[in-house]
Amino acid sequence: MKKRDARVGILFAMPWILGFLIFLAYPLIASLLYSFTNFSILRPPKFIGVQNFNELFHDQVFYTTLKNTLLYVAGAVPLSTVVAIGLAMLLNTKVKGMAVYRTLFFLPTLVPMVALGTLFLWVFNGDYGLLNEAFHKVHVSPPNWLGDPTWAKWTLILISIWGCGQAMVIYLAGLQDVPVSLYEAAELDGAKAWAKTKHVTLPMISPVIVFNVVMGIIGSLQVFAVPYVMFPGGAPARSTYFYTSYLYDNAFQYQRMGYASAMGWVLFLITLALTMVALKLTDKHVHYEAN
Amino acid sequence: MTLKETLGLSTAAIVLVSTAIYGDKVVSRQARTDRVTVIYWEKWTGDEAKEMRKVVDAFNRSQNRIFVQYLSISGVDTKTMLATAGGNPPDVAGIWLENLYEFSDANALTDLTKMAKANNIGRDYYIKNYWDPLNYQGGLWALPSTPASIALHVRPDLLPSDVNTPATFPKTIEGLDALVDRVSKKKPNGDLEMAGFLPSNPGWWNWSWGVYFGGSLFDGQNLTLDSKENVRAFDWVASYAKRFGSKEVQSFQSGFGTFASPQDPFMEGKVATELNGVWKANYIRVYKKDLPWFAVPFPYPKDRPDLEGHSNLSQDVLTIPRGAKHPKEAFEFIAYVQTLEVMEGLCSGHGKNSPLAVVTEHFFKNHQNKYIRLFDQLARSPKAFSPPAIGILPQVRDELNVAFQEVSTEQKKPKDALHDAQVRMMALWDTYRSQVLNK
Repeated sequence: MKKRDARVGILFAMPWILGFLIFLAYPLIASLLYSFTNFSILRPPKFIGVQNFNELFHDQVFYTTLKNTLLYVAGAVPLSTVVAIGLAMLLNTKVKGMAVYRTLFFLPTLVPMVALGTLFLWVFNGDYGLLNEAFHKVHVSPPNWLGDPTWAKWTLILISIWGCGQAMVIYLAGLQDVPVSLYEAAELDGAKAWAKTKHVTLPMISPVIVFNVVMGIIGSLQVFAVPYVMFPGGAPARSTYFYTSYLYDNAFQYQRMGYASAMGWVLFLITLALTMVALKLTDKHVHYEAN
Repeated sequence: MTLKETLGLSTAAIVLVSTAIYGDKVVSRQARTDRVTVIYWEKWTGDEAKEMRKVVDAFNRSQNRIFVQYLSISGVDTKTMLATAGGNPPDVAGIWLENLYEFSDANALTDLTKMAKANNIGRDYYIKNYWDPLNYQGGLWALPSTPASIALHVRPDLLPSDVNTPATFPKTIEGLDALVDRVSKKKPNGDLEMAGFLPSNPGWWNWSWGVYFGGSLFDGQNLTLDSKENVRAFDWVASYAKRFGSKEVQSFQSGFGTFASPQDPFMEGKVATELNGVWKANYIRVYKKDLPWFAVPFPYPKDRPDLEGHSNLSQDVLTIPRGAKHPKEAFEFIAYVQTLEVMEGLCSGHGKNSPLAVVTEHFFKNHQNKYIRLFDQLARSPKAFSPPAIGILPQVRDELNVAFQEVSTEQKKPKDALHDAQVRMMALWDTYRSQVLNK
């Protein structure tokens, strides 16, 4: 490559490079430095060593929010995965007007998070919510989804299904890549629908499943907007107080930017560890075409 | 590099550098270039914002040197803090009293002591209970915009005739509890239909219950969240969870509309009494004009008659953030708001009582709240109280909210919930003292 071409290439990439350096690399390095300081935004950061981390590991609310977040991940990721794969399979069938169905199922993903939170406040209202009205119609006593600490987290897990359209589209693309010849071969061997799904479809889209699960874990660990709108302060009794909400409160409500930075780095390490575990656990079950 | 590329790059660089240097000098279309522009951020929206807009407009008309540019913004506390850190704060910020101490500790505010003195604004001009909380660590950090006092609002039409006037309404908490048992109603399936009183409605001052029982949250050195008075208060809160059933109360309350709507539980008759601020009358006038109601001081424990006339006070305050470009002019505007006529007009427009020591008869006679004299008396009461002057007040308030919810949902016993809150907050207070206050 000529020198001139390289210069032009860098020039074209410059908006991204500048964006990366200013909006990602700098905050990343700065937050790491701040995590070792007492920093309230308005006063200069003061180095305090590992005091923030030490305090964090003795902070009961840290463990409460971490537990809530991990429970949310454990509930939302499998549920969304199953629903997204199911929908993708349905949308992969040859039915008239499929383009319309695909659009309809993807549309909810485009609803802004705050609007979503407000909408579900009405749907799940314990007294006059749509869902409980339906329960009353069939004479079933429904729970108080938003007010009962036992149910509030599950409400959020149920709501997470709303955003599975994104993953559904990726699964759909994966499904359309599965060679028809494999299904034909399976049929010749006498395979029925479930056997074809189990032995052809799922193995063939396994790389896509792993990708979506990993992205789902990362996204769920950062769950913020919907619970913040629906359950101010993590009410009732911190049952819906998630890690990122506590991080935000420390940074912007309590002016503890150093402590919040430490929380951010701990979350980064947890995310990294969970991602590695997920990749390791699925390693033997993923079938890459190249293999 | 070609000439075109060089020119393109140079233009981009010039735009970038100019924006960085001159960005904060950009003048809004609202601003007046012939006057000093004072930027004023305020949290209010709706009718309250309109009332303050009238004050700002009147000030702008009253002289020709200063132009106050009024911006109604949400999250004013966080935005002011970040703007101050960025070196470009507003000249005046309307925040809550609850933020004052953490802002002051963070060195985010301008001390108004000298400017107030120069303008003959001092302690005697205000009701003591409103003036004192504005003074912290030897400085004066804010002046009031509108204050409030809190009282028990009562629906006489939902009460038996022997207790449905201010004179005959129970004076003690025990009397209130007995009345609640008399008037509360349940449906045949056990669901609540009407509650005489609910400590969790509207649930805005959960930190204050202990003080209504003679307790405090801070003794000047340490937090006292689990004092015996506070535990007694939370035992009383727990008694309501037992009385009605915690799940029944949660379900009942989930059907409540917001306070600024006709579906407000007090206006709808879902609760017969409600602890609320002087502003409540404003909302009743808008949403249910003919609603019968009266206000009384919140009852006191039978064995603590000395607490009679207690009330929780709150204030919206005007501050000058550190680094404001025009502090002198900003204070001139704040001082204008403090004048008797302007302050009474603003408080009247907001449906609140006045923070000033002298109140005109005109204010009382024309106020839309028929119980305004009671709210004024409560503000002057020696038993009236404000949130404790402590930099970690937001955390303490949040922690007590959690303790309150744990007790209301019967997850923890009052003593345990308050003990846990005390341990957690004391650890935080120790850190705050050493890291922020350097003590």
